[in-house]
Amino acid sequence: MSEKPENAPEHCPGTESEDAGKSSACQGCPNQNICSSAKPKGPDPDLAVIQERLSSVKHKILVLSGKGGVGKSTVTSMLARGLALDDNLQVGILDVDICGPSIPRVMGLEGEQVHQSGSGWSPVYVEDNLGVMSAGFLLSSPDDAIIWRGPKKNGLIKQFLRDVDWEDTNYLVIDTPPGTSDEHLSVVQYLQNAVIDGAVIVTTPQEVSLMDVRKEINFCKKVKLPIIGVIENMSGFICPSCKNESQIFPPTTGGAEKMAEDMKVPFLGKLPLDPRIGKCCDEGTSFFEEFPDSPAVTSYQQIIKGIRRYCNEDDHMDTS
Amino acid sequence: MDLDNNLKSVKHKIVILSGKGGVGKSTVATQIALSLKQQGLKVGVLDVDLCGPSIPRMLNVEDKDIHQSSQGWVPVYPDPSQTLAVMSIAFLLNKKDDPVVWRGPKKNAMIKQFLSDVVWGDLDYLIIDTPPGTSDEHITVVEGLQGYNPDGAVLVTTPQAVAVGDVRRELTFCRKTKLPVLGVVENMSGFVCPHCAECSNVFSKGGGEALAREFNIPFLGCVPLDPQLSQCLENGQSFVEAFSSSPSAQILNKIAETLHQRTAMNGSIS
Repeated sequence: MSEKPENAPEHCPGTESEDAGKSSACQGCPNQNICSSAKPKGPDPDLAVIQERLSSVKHKILVLSGKGGVGKSTVTSMLARGLALDDNLQVGILDVDICGPSIPRVMGLEGEQVHQSGSGWSPVYVEDNLGVMSAGFLLSSPDDAIIWRGPKKNGLIKQFLRDVDWEDTNYLVIDTPPGTSDEHLSVVQYLQNAVIDGAVIVTTPQEVSLMDVRKEINFCKKVKLPIIGVIENMSGFICPSCKNESQIFPPTTGGAEKMAEDMKVPFLGKLPLDPRIGKCCDEGTSFFEEFPDSPAVTSYQQIIKGIRRYCNEDDHMDTS
Repeated sequence: MDLDNNLKSVKHKIVILSGKGGVGKSTVATQIALSLKQQGLKVGVLDVDLCGPSIPRMLNVEDKDIHQSSQGWVPVYPDPSQTLAVMSIAFLLNKKDDPVVWRGPKKNAMIKQFLSDVVWGDLDYLIIDTPPGTSDEHITVVEGLQGYNPDGAVLVTTPQAVAVGDVRRELTFCRKTKLPVLGVVENMSGFVCPHCAECSNVFSKGGGEALAREFNIPFLGCVPLDPQLSQCLENGQSFVEAFSSSPSAQILNKIAETLHQRTAMNGSIS
């Protein structure tokens, strides 16, 4: 594949070419520095290191959405916490949203830092069987911003995949930023030898979200990433006072279930808009523990069963 | 960056930012633009969210194409008055479900082209909608506006801490890139149940206002959740016009007016 940016000179060799940034045509091109500082072509030795590192992780699940703010980090944390309720499972969360890392707050780990050990970077453990890694742990203050262009973000993602020591993990749930850009391409590229079970795609019911999510589904198909299924989040709000349901984000074009059917991908389920979920995310507490009788908990448990079934796990869950 | 003259004819440039996705940047961008248009001003909306371009649907110009003129790309005009001009990558896609799977350098090239090659004409306001984050698109937009005196950024957040946490980082971005901050909007701030009128804080409350206080920046207002707003955005209808008496529309109109007053004092520069 030879990508030629719009502003490239006439004889641009292509950004993926071995001559990228180095040919005579590259002189004066605004992208020259970026292209010439890219790694030399040929098999990337880090891919084998990543494959080896992640060979102890049985199942890897990407949480994606074309759209921002639909609840990827919320769903990631709930899936991981829900899986970790089974003491037999070792679960990890990897947060590759470098500009907007929500996972530390959502998991109650704000202010934690990354520790190096002899075997690599250690995840931060919420429970004995639930470890977390995020770019958020690299920031020394909540106001610190990571203002990086794509290539530098890619470098950090590779480091996360290569250097974090997950030990023996049953499920690694990978949270992503919205979109179909550097982070997503990099995760898929760096994990190409390491087998991703599939992607869970999160959306809200309205067409403005579905528009972006269809693109994400097509992205998955383009890069041959299997799709475990689609989750419709914020699907209906039950007023705590009168118990009537309102559609705050109306499914004017049929919602996620219809979209999944149209695009021939599985539909995993709907999650209601429960303000207590957001509150737990803000406070970093477990919604499963705080509100075990909520309808949302039941919905999550069903979704987790579906995911475990997809990953060929035995269909049981220890919820004691 | 030499961006020719196309931005020189634009009096005021406002960037809509948030560290967080899904807080309502495109919603606020379109409704502010529509509100300013209603006041008789000439407004442009530039959508630099290349992966998830929401603006065309919200302004009812989803299936339009753009044309080239001798001076550059002609923006899309939703109506014959040509008082609202729109540019988005959505107009360049063959199929609307096609993903734009580009790495940073290619995105930057496109955004530079949007800034330099669109023939905006004499605009009072150019509202620039961005994707969430502090990365390529944002750096390129700020670099592209240097020398054209952007009025500043409007930061959109929802009330809860998870959102405000990302918006703090966006404030740091503004500080580091010396982009003035015109104010903070707290969107999705409360929901009034249409059945019983009880107000629920669906996404918590007050985070945006507290952030503005902490950093001593203007607080532009709280916009409550309104399913009619979502509905209008779905259908490409102007919410501020169709439901002007609703609390959400009133606040959005007030925000637009406040921005107009504050930026009008900057005068027309470039």
